[in-house]
Amino acid sequence: MNSSATFVEERNPTDWQNDAMQQRIRKRYAAERRFKALGISAIILSAGFLAFLMIVMVGNGLRGFTQTELPVEIDFPAMTGGASADQFKGANGPANLRTLGVQDIVNTSVQIQYGEEGSELFSAGGWQAVNQEILENPQIVETKTTLYLPVESEIDVAFKGSGSETAENKVAELKDRLSTGFNWNFLTNSDATDPMQVGIWGALKGSLITMFITLLIAFPIGVLSALYLEEYAPKNRFTDLIEVSINNLAAVPSIIFGLLGLAVFLNLFGLPRSAALVGGLTLALMTMPVIVISGRNAVKAVPPSIREAALGIGASQMQVVFHHVLPLALPGILTGTIIGMARALGETAPLLMIGMRAFIATPPGGIVEPATVLPVQIFLWSDEVNRGFVEKTSAAIIVLLLFLLTMNALAIYLRNRFETRW
Amino acid sequence: MTTRNVDVFYGEKQAIKDVSIDVTMDNVTAFIGPSGCGKSTFLRCLNRMNDTIPIARVTGDITLEGEDIYAPKMDVVQLRARVGMVFQKPNPFPKSIYDNIAYGPRIHGLASSKDELDNIVETSLQRAGLWGEVQDRLQDSGTALSGGQQQRLCIARAIAVDPEVILMDEPCSALDPIATAKIEELIHELRGKYAIVIVTHNMQQAARVSQRTAFFHLGTLVEYGVTSDIFTNPTEEKTRDYITGRYG
Amino acid sequence: MTGSILFMLIIVLGGIAWFFGRVKASRFSADNKKRGAVHSLPNYHGWYVALWAIGPALLFLMIWNMASPALITDAALTSPAAEQLPRDPFARGAILAEARSIASGQQVQAFNPLSQSMVEPYRTAISYYRTLGMVAALLLVFACGAFGWLRLKPELRARTKIERVTMLLLLFASLIATITTIGIFVSLIFESARFFSMVSPIDFLFGTEWNPKAVAGPRGETGFGAIPLFWGTVFIGAIIAMIVAIPLGLMSAIYLTQYAPPNFRAWMKPILEVLAGVPTVVYGYFAALTVAPALRDFAVSIGISGASSESALAAGVVMGIMIIPFVSSMADDSIAAVPSAMRDGSLAMGATKSETIKKVLIPAALPGVVGGVLLAVSRAIGETMIVVMAAGLAANMTANPFSSVTTVTTQIVKLLTGDQEFDSPKTLAAFALGLVLFIVTLLLNLIALRVVKKYREAYE
Repeated sequence: MNSSATFVEERNPTDWQNDAMQQRIRKRYAAERRFKALGISAIILSAGFLAFLMIVMVGNGLRGFTQTELPVEIDFPAMTGGASADQFKGANGPANLRTLGVQDIVNTSVQIQYGEEGSELFSAGGWQAVNQEILENPQIVETKTTLYLPVESEIDVAFKGSGSETAENKVAELKDRLSTGFNWNFLTNSDATDPMQVGIWGALKGSLITMFITLLIAFPIGVLSALYLEEYAPKNRFTDLIEVSINNLAAVPSIIFGLLGLAVFLNLFGLPRSAALVGGLTLALMTMPVIVISGRNAVKAVPPSIREAALGIGASQMQVVFHHVLPLALPGILTGTIIGMARALGETAPLLMIGMRAFIATPPGGIVEPATVLPVQIFLWSDEVNRGFVEKTSAAIIVLLLFLLTMNALAIYLRNRFETRW
Repeated sequence: MTTRNVDVFYGEKQAIKDVSIDVTMDNVTAFIGPSGCGKSTFLRCLNRMNDTIPIARVTGDITLEGEDIYAPKMDVVQLRARVGMVFQKPNPFPKSIYDNIAYGPRIHGLASSKDELDNIVETSLQRAGLWGEVQDRLQDSGTALSGGQQQRLCIARAIAVDPEVILMDEPCSALDPIATAKIEELIHELRGKYAIVIVTHNMQQAARVSQRTAFFHLGTLVEYGVTSDIFTNPTEEKTRDYITGRYG
Repeated sequence: MTGSILFMLIIVLGGIAWFFGRVKASRFSADNKKRGAVHSLPNYHGWYVALWAIGPALLFLMIWNMASPALITDAALTSPAAEQLPRDPFARGAILAEARSIASGQQVQAFNPLSQSMVEPYRTAISYYRTLGMVAALLLVFACGAFGWLRLKPELRARTKIERVTMLLLLFASLIATITTIGIFVSLIFESARFFSMVSPIDFLFGTEWNPKAVAGPRGETGFGAIPLFWGTVFIGAIIAMIVAIPLGLMSAIYLTQYAPPNFRAWMKPILEVLAGVPTVVYGYFAALTVAPALRDFAVSIGISGASSESALAAGVVMGIMIIPFVSSMADDSIAAVPSAMRDGSLAMGATKSETIKKVLIPAALPGVVGGVLLAVSRAIGETMIVVMAAGLAANMTANPFSSVTTVTTQIVKLLTGDQEFDSPKTLAAFALGLVLFIVTLLLNLIALRVVKKYREAYE
């Protein structure tokens, strides 16, 4: 190409006003608007999905906190042969109650009012509510009382929404007698085969115990390693190895931790299956890197001038770290810890590996007893065929999300409240 | 405090070459010189603050009352209690004024009772000329004070552990002129009670506050003597050029 | 007295030792008024004595707990009842194990009468050795505590010593991460090696039929061909999920960083981050309950055959949505790292904002975005609950997104839940799958981090 020729060639001034140019500019602006619309629709789509998920869960789940009830009139004086209220007060109450045969009393009362097949209308464990009622309010055994007992699951489902044909028919039949009450069982019971009797307390307690163990192990280890890596570690290959393993652990799929727990804690150390102890240990290994990483950032944010000041008046390195650096970094470390714990609280897969999926009908009493946790309970209920479990699953999800929301809000509050600007 | 043939290396690079100086206990000694001449580095050798930099290496002899401060049996923590330091930027701890002062005596176990500690805090603040301004708000955060007050708080904090020497690394460079004047006044008052070594890039300040001055250039000690001599009648060409503002 | 009570007792004794050390050291500073005569504060002397009291005793207990089972067995075998035990080491071991668990209270009833006869010798041996260990540990507490206490002197460098111990503690804490990594690697390799001694690695890695059986079929086939699982994992995690997550995440990040008013951004960013905080089991339930049936109905209505109620699409879409905040925050970081001079240069020439973004910012930020996508893929393929609940168990090699496929993680869960024998190839196969998953995610992460790091360095 002849460069001197192009150089001397005169160029006509651009006519910005001509039609072609104007049209081009209009097109470019249209493209700009389209691009912007694309961006906002991406956000709306993502947020919309979140909203949809929440609405579905809340819509399904709120029903799980209520139960459909039928009134049962129980003529206690006639049926018990004149039991007195005093028998059921105090420490001997429960024992005396057992000899009373409440289940039979309830069954007979039901059959009197709802016919021979009447018992089938009610949830099999419903009579236990009467037990509870007597212990709380013994006076009722001396009177003729009407109590509201939970109906059988199919009818419950049909009454709340739409159920099977037979159940719908029964609902139509009993229409004016059915009522809705708050399902206290759901907050106080554990797993059961009858969806009317299930509760989350067992799983929740398991979760709390597991989280406690996780925190007890992951927090000190995480904080101490963060301090070591930021304040002491010499720069060498050995330190690099530690750093690489921490960053790597933070990205390892959670199910791998479950495999580790299974191979090491269960098979090698012989710890009990399904126990909160093993679950807590496994989740601690998973949470620790999160705490280390956030802890290191918090420690790094403490200005060196503070360290110099303390060193300058003769504090030892250890005193500098534990008197000054750690307290100043603590809000940041705590924020990271809460976020890590929230993640652990929602974790399911590794716990399935170590057997925390057992049917737990009584809340765990200790760290080595069989336990399950809330997310695993959700998983187990989601597998149930009985339609009554759908709303229970969603209700459990609501409880889990509430916990997570609270924890995250706490983390955000801590971050805003104690974020130091130097 | 005496130093003999001190060399400091940062990795391969030599930052200080063969410096020998005697710091007398009843004088204020000023280190002056252009930026990067090593005066701060040298100052930080005197209480082993250079230990915190892993690649720094110090050779030669530095003694405090005849004790080699780099000897293995010297406890660096006790050394720093005896040789206090005040930094370029005021760096109070984000704690109360009281706790700022009390921290040193606490870790060194200088007070056996609460009253004794209160007493140390009060006398330290008084010596630093801050008592009148803060006596009613000892529980306020030290970081809430003004820059000049913060720096006097840092001086009070250094005094509280009862040091023999106080090292000041450009203590006024982050302060306004009024605060600077107050610090200089304070240095005057502290003279005689403590040996004071001050690094400054401000020659007028060196002339005002010090009795002896050392001029550093490119890591070497060019000249060391009585302040008035250095400023009026330096023996070295380089010193004269620097003082008259030819470079720096 | 059980182990935990003994432990508590030792800790309490340590507290007492701390107190005595402190008291003795307090007198030093009262007696020596001279500056520097007492090296450390009384507190440190207290800790010094406490460490002497607790440390050796706990160390001893640890070793004792490891050594005593063998001693107990030896002692039990010297009893007369032991002579009736069978010679066969396997049967003998089983009986001993049973007797031991009854004696220590883990089991109530023996199945084998021989075990019952061994319970009593075991019980004596256990209580004998337990008492012995306990007494020795407590003696150690007192002896070592006294030793430490006697060593207290004004010039004792207690602080330095305590700090050295603390330092070791810090070092040990930071080693746990490395130990865990090694633990994962070794346990996966170890179990996988046992698996590969039964099933050839070639069959496993390149076989196309996944139908695990405990016993080999007539032609020696075992049904451990993992290709369908790999395909399912890639199909859901790396293809469908990314088709959802990349455009949505990228465009969200672009809009939030480049167009959105600060107020909108301040609200929207945390809201999108909630997506990453929702537990995966919730996503899984949502996918199975709502998304999958809807997609199946849709597929049936437009006449796609093979639509099932558990589909790759349902799992993939929901997983993609879960990953959005992840992609979006990586893209956000990468775009923010592009020097503003580049952007200004483009804008100053009269380019519109979208032209600047498309022609300048994205190409400049591309390596960072690619690194982020790789990390997102690594997260997606390791995700478990969504696929377990929504993708199904059928090992199909199909590209039809409406049909059911299975993934590596799903099969790990399936193989390891329910009844398991630890020597069956079915159980061990889970570890081989885990090993593959671990290696792949590890490689993806290393590559992604390297790409991102290189990219960051380019603009520093």
